[in-house]
Amino acid sequence: MTPAATIIAALVVPLIGAVLIAAAHRAPNARETVTLVTAALLFLLVVSLTPAVLAGGRPGVTLLAVMPGLALKFEVEPLGMLFGLIASGLWIVNSLYSIGYMRGNNEAHQTRYYVCFAGALASAMGIAFAGNLLTLFLFYEALTLITYPLVTHHGTPEAMRAGRLYLGLLVGSSIVFLLFAIIWTWQTTGTIDFVQGGILGGKVTNAATGVLLALYVFGIGKAAVMPVHRWLPAAMVAPTPVSALLHAVAVVKAGVFSVLKIVVYVFGVDAIAGVTSVDWLPFAAGFTIIAASIVALRSDNLKRRLAYSTVSQLSYVVLAAALLTPWSIVGAALHIATHALGKITLFFAAGAIYTAAHKTEVSQLDGIGRRMPWTMSAFAIGSLSIIGLPPAVGFVSKWYILSGAMATGQWGAVAVLVAGTLLSAGYLLPIVYRAFFLSPAHAGGHHEAYGEAPLTMVVALSASAFGTVALFFYPEALLALSRQLAGVG
Amino acid sequence: MAPHFPILQVVLPLIAAPVMVLMRRGAVAWLLAVAVSWAALVMSLALLAQVADGGVISYAIGNWPPPWGIEYRIDRINAFLLVLVSLIASVVVIYSRASVAAEVPREQHYLFYTMYALCLAGLLGITSTGDGFNLFVFLEISSLSSYVLIALGRDRRALMASYQYLIMGTIGATFIVIGVGLLYLMTGTLNLADMAARLPGVNDARPVLAALAFLTVGICLKLALFPLHLWLPNAYAYAPSVVTAFLAATATKVSVYVLLRFYYSVFGESTVFAALPMRDILLVLSLAAMFIASTVAIFQDNVKRMFAYSSVAQIGYITLGLSFDSATGLTAGIVHLFNHALTKAALFLLLGGVALRLGGVRFENIGGIARVMPFTAFGIVLGGLSLIGVPATVGFVSKWYLVLAALESGAWWIAFLIVLSSLLAVVYVWRVVEVAYFREPDATVAKLKEAPLEMLIPSWLMIAACIYFGLDSALTVGGASQAAAALLQGVR
Repeated sequence: MTPAATIIAALVVPLIGAVLIAAAHRAPNARETVTLVTAALLFLLVVSLTPAVLAGGRPGVTLLAVMPGLALKFEVEPLGMLFGLIASGLWIVNSLYSIGYMRGNNEAHQTRYYVCFAGALASAMGIAFAGNLLTLFLFYEALTLITYPLVTHHGTPEAMRAGRLYLGLLVGSSIVFLLFAIIWTWQTTGTIDFVQGGILGGKVTNAATGVLLALYVFGIGKAAVMPVHRWLPAAMVAPTPVSALLHAVAVVKAGVFSVLKIVVYVFGVDAIAGVTSVDWLPFAAGFTIIAASIVALRSDNLKRRLAYSTVSQLSYVVLAAALLTPWSIVGAALHIATHALGKITLFFAAGAIYTAAHKTEVSQLDGIGRRMPWTMSAFAIGSLSIIGLPPAVGFVSKWYILSGAMATGQWGAVAVLVAGTLLSAGYLLPIVYRAFFLSPAHAGGHHEAYGEAPLTMVVALSASAFGTVALFFYPEALLALSRQLAGVG
Repeated sequence: MAPHFPILQVVLPLIAAPVMVLMRRGAVAWLLAVAVSWAALVMSLALLAQVADGGVISYAIGNWPPPWGIEYRIDRINAFLLVLVSLIASVVVIYSRASVAAEVPREQHYLFYTMYALCLAGLLGITSTGDGFNLFVFLEISSLSSYVLIALGRDRRALMASYQYLIMGTIGATFIVIGVGLLYLMTGTLNLADMAARLPGVNDARPVLAALAFLTVGICLKLALFPLHLWLPNAYAYAPSVVTAFLAATATKVSVYVLLRFYYSVFGESTVFAALPMRDILLVLSLAAMFIASTVAIFQDNVKRMFAYSSVAQIGYITLGLSFDSATGLTAGIVHLFNHALTKAALFLLLGGVALRLGGVRFENIGGIARVMPFTAFGIVLGGLSLIGVPATVGFVSKWYLVLAALESGAWWIAFLIVLSSLLAVVYVWRVVEVAYFREPDATVAKLKEAPLEMLIPSWLMIAACIYFGLDSALTVGGASQAAAALLQGVR
């Protein structure tokens, strides 16, 4: 298969999967098989593109001319490759998990759920491989819309409210700020292609660069830089595998991916290194890291705590991009991947706890590690990764971000990173401690009988926990892609 | 026969109308209506192909050479419009059989199709003619027939709406004929091209300015520019579903064309836009339409009326494009004219399906409709996304060019207002989505079936067009930018 055909296949395969899933709505086992086969096939397709990209190739394909001079264009570069690998790889694990979760909780509308999931992955591939801002924007909006039925899955008034916030903030910010920024870029530069070194250099004034950057950063609501982060905690009303999709597989990752991609390929790291008007960005990101961590620290609801942890961790990527040093760019790209692995493990564990024990609050988790040892061990590994401790892969990305900050003497950023790490230890480790070292409270003396969650869920969360550790020892592929992105051999 | 296409496409529906009355049979009338609509589509496509290279077709009626005889003059702009009108007509007419059968008393069916044919003839006539008075005549033909069509709605309020439109429309038509009369007085000709050539030689500017003012107000009444839109919401809301879809997609669009024709081809930029602050007036009214009409749309309790207000807002986007008075701005206006016609035709056709099954489209009644009419509901969602301007729909292409035109003119705040106003569309579109998808269907709704295929297919054709031209706009943007270039060429 030619690279161009592979790219198109990566977009089309999930869509065909979606159609087949819908067709198999009367036979749940066949339906779930289709999901798993599609996910595996997609991952293989994406993997097959990797050698060419690692060798320095930029496979691409141009499809329709959406507007004269503006085509639907795809081009695989290292960052997109990285995001594509993460999203498609985690889809396999997430599908396994979904099967256990959706059946274990007797969720309604399961076919719609799997169809939308496949659609979300198709959109994520489009975002990953987008060759220009127009294509990126198209799939970015598609991802928002296709995940709306997932967020509002339960159809309750609460879900509907969450859906409003989700759609309002994401669509609102993107059509008001992001689209405006894209058209502005097109109008001043005459191109919206992603080009190594950026396209804006020397074309806009100092002040305009800062404004444009703000339009991009806040226009990409999926990156959840405060104050456009509210949709993320609200979306927690969805079933847990959806939260995993939002937090790890596709949605927020698409956000920070877009921010990083725009900083590198539209602004150009070197081109804006000396521009003073963009100096606000590290502050915005730093504030989000600290503020969101504090909210997480004070949340008793487990999913809410994890959600704010995500808001905080996403801003690590934004902060790393804003530091504008090669090493921090490497760290930013890596952090997209490492946070995905760590956070999906945590959400899987939270969902497993809910399915097996029907517990949602941190304060209810005393001693749960004895009943659900696999789940809580995975949770512990995921926590280590989010905090950034070895032997979990989160350590690697934080290491690069921190070295970038230190090498250029940006001590404020160093302080934020350290404080963020301490705070994340503060909101995650107590959960692990409660689970393993406190004895369960026996309210009213009655004894609840529960064990581990359904098998597919335990397999999925063990796999993602294993991946978190394995990638710590073998991060070469991720590192190679990130280094290529940052141009540091 | 091909040389006679400019007149044939108008005359065929015009002749078909009395034939229908003589036959007095609904089914035959429908067949005739289908035949003339499709014939008009074929002929207008042929005309578009003929003028694609930039040529102009001048057809002298009765072989009386212009400027003495009536001239039909087809260039890129009106060829584009002719295709739009006949395309919408061809799709709507297929749909109309089932819808009219449900909404119009049986003994009036042949009259319905008669009026439809007359309205089509009028719209095509306005678009192709190169003669000022002939234009007025066709305007009246299309207007009078549309008053009747609206009055055929089964809601009694349709009569009131029709009457309202009759009064407003007549004022508009009167203003237009006064304007044309003044121009005739000053130039001694009714041929628009000839008029354009003579106007610069007219020394006394005052009557020309008066003509401009009368024409502007008159035409803006017909195209429902805010605040002259008052007739539109009721007319659209209470007319039969087919009529709403047809008029929303064609009548106001043809009026926009008339405005373009007079502004650019007759008055020319120099005298008009220099003497009066037309650009600013258009700009302010367009912005007001975008925001006020969209806001009013949010608070409607009838879905059809809500989309009618949305139409007023969308017309604001079209006139906003014109107000920039630049190549990009005109392109944006013309392409949105086309795109919005597709979108609204699709939406009103789909709503017609709901009206057929349910008898009305009030918010309180359509709760949970998506469960029983999934294709209709999903089509409405897609059409709504196009109204919002989500990428991969035609609405996005329009918005892109509008914002681009605003930025080019240096008015970044207008660009910002354009994107901001689409948030209002998110609100009113999502109201429908929530009611259709999240509410539990009540006993009446639960028993409903999906709309019949002969209505669903034409509606989805329109939705498909909304998406196709959103992904590949070479034809629409290409046509619009050529038309814009031709209009500006006539000026500079």
